[in-house]
Formats: sequence, structure tokens, C-alpha cells
Amino acid sequence: MKKKWLLISSFLVMILSGCDNPLLIFDTKGPQAKTISDTIIFSIIVMAVVLFVVYVLFTFMLVKYRASKTDDEYEPPYEEGSKWLEITWITIPVIIVVILSVVTVRSTIDVESTPKAYAHEKPLIVYASSSNWKWHFSYPEEGIETVNYVNIPEDRPIEFKLYSYGPITSLWIPQLAGQKYAMSDMVTTIHLVADTPGSYMGKNSNFSGKDFAHMEFEAQVLTAKDYDEWVQDVKDTAPTLTEEEFTHLLEPGVLGRKTYSSTHLQFSPAPEGEHAGHHHGDDMDMHGEQ
Amino acid sequence: MKWDEFFVTGEPMIYAAMVSIVLVSIAIPVGLTYFKKWGYLWRHWLTTVDHKKIGVMYIIAALLMLFRGGVDALLMRAQTAIPDNGLLDGQHYNEIFTTHGIIMILFMAMPFIIGLMNVVIPLQIGARDVAFPRLNAVSFWLFFFGAMLLNISFVIGGSPDAGWTAYFPLASVEFSPTVGNNYYSLALQIAGIGTLMTGINFLVTILKMRAPGMKLMKMPMFTWSILITSIIIVFAFPVLTVALALMMLDRQFGTQFFAMQNGGMDMLWANLFWVWGHPEVYIVILPAFGIYSEIIATFAKKNLYGYKSMVYSMVAISLLSFLVWVHHFYTMGHGVMVNSVFSITTMAIAIPTGVKIFNWLFTLRKGKISFTTPMLYSLAFIPIFTIGGVTGVMLAMASADYQYHNTMFLVAHFHYVLIPGTVFAVIAGFHYWFPKLFGFKLNERLGKWSFWFIAISFNVTFFPLFILGLNGMTRRMYTYSESTGYGPLNMLSMVGALGLTIGFILLVYNIYWSTRYQPREVTGDPWDARSLEWSTPSPVPEYNFAKVPVIDTLDAFWYSKKEGKPLTDEDDYEPIHMPNNNGQPFIMGVFFFFFGFFMVFSWWIPAIIAGLFILGTMAYRSFEKDHGHYISVGEIERTENALRGEKE
Repeated sequence: MKKKWLLISSFLVMILSGCDNPLLIFDTKGPQAKTISDTIIFSIIVMAVVLFVVYVLFTFMLVKYRASKTDDEYEPPYEEGSKWLEITWITIPVIIVVILSVVTVRSTIDVESTPKAYAHEKPLIVYASSSNWKWHFSYPEEGIETVNYVNIPEDRPIEFKLYSYGPITSLWIPQLAGQKYAMSDMVTTIHLVADTPGSYMGKNSNFSGKDFAHMEFEAQVLTAKDYDEWVQDVKDTAPTLTEEEFTHLLEPGVLGRKTYSSTHLQFSPAPEGEHAGHHHGDDMDMHGEQ
Repeated sequence: MKWDEFFVTGEPMIYAAMVSIVLVSIAIPVGLTYFKKWGYLWRHWLTTVDHKKIGVMYIIAALLMLFRGGVDALLMRAQTAIPDNGLLDGQHYNEIFTTHGIIMILFMAMPFIIGLMNVVIPLQIGARDVAFPRLNAVSFWLFFFGAMLLNISFVIGGSPDAGWTAYFPLASVEFSPTVGNNYYSLALQIAGIGTLMTGINFLVTILKMRAPGMKLMKMPMFTWSILITSIIIVFAFPVLTVALALMMLDRQFGTQFFAMQNGGMDMLWANLFWVWGHPEVYIVILPAFGIYSEIIATFAKKNLYGYKSMVYSMVAISLLSFLVWVHHFYTMGHGVMVNSVFSITTMAIAIPTGVKIFNWLFTLRKGKISFTTPMLYSLAFIPIFTIGGVTGVMLAMASADYQYHNTMFLVAHFHYVLIPGTVFAVIAGFHYWFPKLFGFKLNERLGKWSFWFIAISFNVTFFPLFILGLNGMTRRMYTYSESTGYGPLNMLSMVGALGLTIGFILLVYNIYWSTRYQPREVTGDPWDARSLEWSTPSPVPEYNFAKVPVIDTLDAFWYSKKEGKPLTDEDDYEPIHMPNNNGQPFIMGVFFFFFGFFMVFSWWIPAIIAGLFILGTMAYRSFEKDHGHYISVGEIERTENALRGEKE
């Protein structure tokens, strides 16, 4: 069992020390990812304690009660069980589960809404839709659209509105926030804020067919000034997105980056409100945002 | 349809598979003819209704499927061992991980467990067969032909390629136009009906056929685990039946249950699948808990600690297993309320599971532990499975799951649960009950070698996946670029997979070696064990018990050995009523196979004809008068004297 202990302790040290090259989901660049990272580290510590107790007991039993150590005459006693021991190993896990439940509910509320520090700011809404095997990002406010990359301003709340033109996909930018499904018949929402400019890996994490492995995109966080410049530049130079062009984009395949100075939302609206798959009307927003 | 759409073409591996399938299908009849074994095969195996032989056939099929699914796993590990690898293309990789999942869960874990429960349960409760022996044979042949139907998809028509979860709309005709997912809906349907009947059969067997005096709370723990498992099967499998039927209607008859348009709901499929799928996890894990309870008590030479709480904790787990399915898709956007409720129910499962772990540990306390092969697997289960358990609690936390979902962390977690849980258990059970079936033990030295290979390599294979997951590697990716840095740990995992392969090859070699050289075992009780199956001679005669034992306590056989009092009263033998062998279940299975195959290709006329044949066999059965036969007292005496003669 020594080998396993080494692995586990080195694993913990690697994460907790935050060494030069931390694992992606602990290398956070925004409050939402940070909340989850803290939750995960907390749960790892609690679970490490549980593992420790089990391993100590296990090692003790195996060392002490092996047949080769007892004499031949030894006859193990009959043991019914113990009420107090049973109560102990029910009560302690119940307490652990209660603690973890509180942490879970609170952190889930946090990541499912705009981070408190940014609550006063108006969020930037970006519609992110998937088709085989690419991502389309529409900025209704700015009236621009990109394919397979997304630029967002730092320190401003972002709401990704997700849906799909095909199989269920899952939009995931591990360093900024947890993932969520994009589906054809309803819109889901990811709330996030990025607090450090830089280029981050984004991908579809839900298997969606042949070229699923290539459904990666770059999420670039820009300073507010750079972001405004980029938007202006797109408006000035990029072509408009016609319905014909969009239909062409939806055809299955792998594409490079594209940039347009209009969005597909006018002629192909997202499945929300009256366009939702099941005509739930206004209730539809409830699903995405509790 | 053109022939190159019918047969899968264009890959050397596929041609190799075709050649081997043709060779095997020629070799089997030629071999049978040469050794004049046709009659033997038909009379003793294909028509048998004996639970022990049906169990053996389940186990053989499960071992074959273990190697089929294992080759899939090796190919996946080989493909991802180095970045940008070109061994498999995307489509082929997708088919392989899909069939790996289906085969390992439904055609390896399930039949291995059902095989062991077939062999052991009637013996453990002092019965002479299951409640419905003929139905039991039908169950087996439906499973068997369902499994065969899925396996031929590899060379004929193409395998399912939408993951073992077959999420819609990916699994719809629009995005998965080959017949692969038709195989999925039909092969699983046929095998699933077989499993459902097994559940009913064992539920009735355990409730109605226990030896006199064996109250519910005096049943061995394995029997308890199978009773609860049977109840879960009876509640969960109808959901699968309905879901698969809707899937078939959507794919082949133009309905829109899970479609993207016309009010179809892709989310409905995910819910139906996991309403069955999560209890399914417990269908394969609870019997494993039962097996470990038997083995740990036997080799600690102690009664099972906390018997009652072991039973209650299994009941609690079975109830909770139906209340957690949403944790498979927290990321579907249900909102905080729903996700919180399912997080809490999921974490709650850790409590009864923890109770079991501690009770096993305290069974060891003050014991006299001997490290036999089955015991080694059972002991290794505790520390390794606990890693699977605690990572399960971590995954249960909805917010955290947004980062784990669909990553290798999840893949590592469920392999850490299913391999030390189910696979170690069935291997342990296989070694443990092998002498009961065949009259000799498997070689301990080879057994221990293969154990150490499997246990160490398992960790080398799957522990790196936890780290890869936390580093953002998603599952089901057929390739990745070097810049991701996922290469080295994937290579390490490949090395582990090779070690696992060696371990499993040693296991099979052990069966061969032991069959040839292992000394015969005459006591019937080679492990000095505790439950009733060990009171019978090995191998067990057709009728199991010449006289039905009378039970007054748990571990009655153990006390009868200690106190020297017999389990049966001294009267003479009486004739024993046994069911007759019958070929109908096998024939019905063949008809189901053809029905399924024709349905896969939407060849309606042949499918209808095959369907009529199935109905025909049922009608025939309804009008048949088969009252079984009696084994005479003289024959029982001859058998018993031959089997037990040396002792007296």
C-alpha cells in the first residue's frame, strides 16, 4: 500500500503547493473558476482524511491479525457487531456529508450567478452556439460574430448563452468557469468574469461525433481598451454574415477562424422565449438561471 | 443496399476480425464433428436447465467478452498513448469506446455476476434449482444472442458510435446514419429482456425456495445482495426496455421522441437512460459486496461483523440508487435547486457504503487472516475502491462537477469503482467457487502472480487519468496535440494497460494449467468455509442436495462442522423431482438473433417471419405438458457414494 500513499501525497503536494506548473483547473483566471477550485481543494483535504482513517485501520488489521502471526490453536471469537461503533461510523460521515452539502450548495449558487463583486456592472451577453464541429459566438450588443474564437473584456461580467445546431455539446473554458451543455431546444447560461488578460483554451467537452476532438477554440481576455478597439476594428473591416453564408457554416466539418460584422441571431434566433423547443414561452429563462 | 455498405470495409483490423470470425465459425463445427461432440454439446449444454451449467456458460461468455472489451481498451490506450497518433481514425475510435462501454457493463460485468449467482444462490439457500429453470435458460440464451448480435456489428454494418450512453440527438439517424445504433437498440433490448427475467427468477427463488429454517435474517450475505439486486433489476430494467423501444421507433419508424424538431426532447433520453443507468451501477456493485462479504468472513475465520447493518445498508443503497440519476448531467442547466438536491442524495450514498467498509475492516479484527488468491482480491478492493468512493463524493458536488464533467477524472473515478468493485469481485468469486464447480482449485501461485499484475497495473493505468482530468483532458478524444502536455501520463497509462493484459492472460493460463495439473479435491469444502454450498460434494451432483438441509442459524454449515451435528435428519433418501432439459430456449434465442438482425437492417418481411417464429415457440410452450422427471433413490445412492465414498 506504500506505493499508493506516495502517489496520493505527491498528488496533493503538487496541487496544494501551487508549483510552477499547476494543473489547469487550479490555475484559475477568474472568480468563478477560483470558487470551484477552492471547493475542490477543500473536498480533497476532507477526503484525504477519510482515506487516511481507512488506510490506517486496514494496515493495522492486516498486520496484526494475519494467520501467520497467530498460533495454530487461536480460534477467532464470534462477534455480533457493536452498536457504538455503528453509531460512530454513521454519525461522522453524516457530519461530513452535511458540511460538504453546505459547501456545495453555496458554491453552486455562487457560480450560477454573477460574482458579487461585479454585480453592479451590466453583463456582456455572448451567444455561443455549436454546430458540427465548431463554435459560433454572437455579440448582439456589438452586432458582431466570430467562429472558433472568442474575445472578452477583463473585469466585466460575461453571460454565455449556449445552444446547439446539432448534438449536445458542452462549452468549457477551464481556467475561467465550469462547463455547461449547449442543446438544440433550450438556452443555458454560464456566468463568468475573467480577471487576467491572456489567451485560454476553450473546448467542447461533450462527445459530439467524428471531429469532436478538434472542437477547440481560443478564449482571449483583453483589457477594456483593447476589447473596444477590436470590436471597432471588426465593425469596420469584417464582412456581414448573410443567411446563405451561415447555412454554409453550419455544414458538418472543421473550420478555422472567421469574423463577421453582423450576427446570425436576426435570421436564426436562439431557442429561447417563443423560439424555445417546447414553447414554454417566458418560463424558459427559469431553467437556465434557477 | 450495396455489399460494401453491408460489410464494414477499408481497415486492416476489420479484415483481420472478419478472417478470424470465419475461421472460428469453421473451426467450431469441424472440431465438434471430428471429436463427435455434437450430441454432448446439445444434450449437456445447449438444452440444459441446470443452474450450475447455465452459470458456467454465463461465465465463459463473460470471460470471452472481457477479452473483446479488453482489446477495445488496449486499442484506445494505444491510440492516445502518444499525441497526434494515427493508429485509429476518429470514427473507428468512437466505435471502439462505444462498444468497450456496452460490452464491459452489459456483456461482461452483468453476465459474470449473473453467472456466479446462478452457480451459487440455489446452493447457498439449500435449493435444487431456481424457481423457473426453463425461464433461466431463456434468460441465458437471450443474453447470449443479444451479445452476439452486438458483436457482429463490428464487421457487418458498423458498430454503434455515439458512446455507450447513446445521447440524442447524436444517436439519431441524422447524426448517426449507419445501422450501428440500430444494433444498440435491438441487441440491448434482447439481452435486457433476458436480464429482467433473471431478476424475476432470482427474486422468486430467494423468497420461496430457501431451506427450512433459513429465515431472511439467516441468509448468507451474498444471497441478500442478490435478493436486493433482483429487486433493483425488476424496477430499473423496464425503463431501459421503454427507452430502447422509443429509440428504435425514432431511428427506424420516424417518431420524434428525442428529435430536435417537433417538440422532441433530447434531454428525455438522458433522463430515461440514467434512471436505468444509475441503478444499473448498483446492480453490478451490490453482488460484488456480497461476494466480498463471503470471502472476507471465510478467510478471516470469523462471522461477518455487523450482519444486520450490512443488510440495512444495502437496502439504503438500493433506495438511494433510484434518487441520484441527475448527477450524470448536472451541466444540463437545471439550476441550483435541482442540482443541490441530487448532490445531497448522491453524497448520502457514501454513508451506507462507508458502513460496509468499516464492517469489513472489523470482520478482519481478531480474525485469523489467510492470504489466498480470492482473499487478496477482496483485501485489495478495500483501499482501491475507497479511492473510487471518495472521488465519487467529490464528483457529487455539483459546482465542482462543472469542472470534472466529461473529463478523464470522471473516467478514472468510475474505473476505480467498477474494477476493484465489480471486476475484482467476480475474479475473486471465480477463484473461490471454482473448486465447487469443477472439483479442483485454481493454482494459488499463478493466481497470486496474476493478482499482483492486475492490482498494480490497474493503479498505473488509471491513477494518471485523475491528474489528466484535472489538467483539462476530456474523455472520448481520439487525439490531442503535443502542446497540451497530456502525452507522458497517457503513455504511463498505456504501460499499465499492458500490465493488466499480462495479468488477465496469466489468469486464463491458470485455468488451463490447473485443469491439467492441479490435484483433485475431495472434501467439497476446500476453504473451510461457512455457507451451505460447501456442504455439497464437488463437483455438485445435478440435484445439489440429496437431502434438503435444515437450518437454524446463519453459517449453519460452519457450526455443523464445529459441533459435529449433521445438517439433515437421518431418514433415507427420497426420489427427487427435477426439471427436464429442453431445446426450446436455445431455439428461441436463435430466432431472437435473426429477428434482431433483420430489424437492424429494416428488412421487414424476414423480421416479421422471425417474429412469428418467436411467437410460435411461446405458443408451443403454452400447450406443452412437461412434468419433469424423478431421480430414483438407487441412483441418488450411487451418485452420493461415488462422490462422498472416500470420506466415509
